[in-house]
Amino acid sequence: MAAGATYEPIATQTLASAAATITFSSIAATYTDLRATITGTISTGTANMICKFNGSSSGYSYTYLYGSGAAASSGRGTSQTSIILTANAIQTTPTFYTMDIFSYAGSTYKTILISENSDTNGSGAVNMFVEMWQSTSAITSMVFSLSASTFAAGTSITLYGIKAA
Amino acid sequence: MATSRVKTSSILQGFPKSRSLLAGNAYFQPTSYESIATLSGTGASTTISFTSIPSTFSHLQLRVLGRSDSAAAAGTITVYPNGDTTAANYARHRLSTDGATVTATGTASGVMQLGRVSAGTAAANIMGVTILDIIDYASTSKYKTFRSLSGHDQNGSGDLWLTSGLYMSLTAINRVDLVIGGNWTTATTIGLYGIKGA
Repeated sequence: MAAGATYEPIATQTLASAAATITFSSIAATYTDLRATITGTISTGTANMICKFNGSSSGYSYTYLYGSGAAASSGRGTSQTSIILTANAIQTTPTFYTMDIFSYAGSTYKTILISENSDTNGSGAVNMFVEMWQSTSAITSMVFSLSASTFAAGTSITLYGIKAA
Repeated sequence: MATSRVKTSSILQGFPKSRSLLAGNAYFQPTSYESIATLSGTGASTTISFTSIPSTFSHLQLRVLGRSDSAAAAGTITVYPNGDTTAANYARHRLSTDGATVTATGTASGVMQLGRVSAGTAAANIMGVTILDIIDYASTSKYKTFRSLSGHDQNGSGDLWLTSGLYMSLTAINRVDLVIGGNWTTATTIGLYGIKGA
C-alpha cells in the first residue's frame, strides 16, 4: 500500500475585530475532501450561522439530529438558500463546529457532514447535520455569515485539505 | 592517549559547502495523519476490501463517499474486520434520524452496521458519506471500538446515523471489508487513513 502525507492546513482566519462575513476563496482543487474547524461567537444576541459555496443561493438541503440537555429531536430542510451550521443558535459563548465537505472538487452533488457543539453551563446542545448542495461544480469559495449581528473578534476558522493516496 | 585537533576548515575541505542544515534537500515535515490507500467501486461488487493494513499507526479512519446500485433510495454499510463474518463477535449501537423521528437502538451479537449510502432510486449524483474511526486497531490486548458519523440527504428524504461498533477480538486488524446490498457504484471512493500517536 502506498503511504503519503495528507491533512494540510490551507488557511486560517481569526477575526481581530467584528465582521459580517468570513471568506475563503481561490480554493485549489488539489485535495480530496475539505474540513473546516470553527470556533465561533456572535457580537450580540443570537443568530444562525450559514455558509454559501461559490456564491450560490440555491440547491441546498439538510437533515439534522439534535440533542439539548433534556431531549433529542430531528428535522430537515429542503430547497434552502445556504448551508445551515446551527440548530442551536450561535451565542456569545464559543461554539465549536466541524464541517466535512466530501469530494468538493468532484462531479457529483456535494455531501457535507457538520457537527455543532456548545455548552454554556446550564444550556447548550450537540447537533449533527448531513447536508447536500445540488451542484456538480467544484467548490472554489466559501462564505460564512450570520442571520443577524456579526461574528465577534476572536472567531476563528481553519480550512484543511485532506488528500487521498 | 593521543589527541588530535580538528579544524572546521579541514572538515569542510572536500565537501560541498552549505549554510543550511538541509544542504539543498527538500524540507520534510513528518505528519501524524497519512493516506494509506484509496479504493473505488467497480459497479460489480458488493464489497470493497482494504487488505494488508500495516500496524504502524495508532488509529485508522475511513472516509466514504458512497452509493449502491440496489433498487432502493438508500442502503447500509456493514463492516467486517479481518474477514470475520461471525455475528457473535460483534455488537452495535446507533442514534439516528430519518429527518422526522429520532431512534436509538442497540444489538448484541450482531454485525456492525456503521453507515448509510444513497442507492439506485435516488436522484443522479446524490452520494452518502461516512467518517469511520477505528480506535487502537492494532491492539492485541483489547477489543476494538468503531465510531462513525454517516448520512445522505436527498432534498426531502435521507437519514443521519451516529454509531458505535464493537469487535470482540484480540487480534490486530489488518483487513477491513465494507459491504453493502447491491454493488458499490463507480462514483464510490473510500479513503483509508492512518493516525499516528506520539
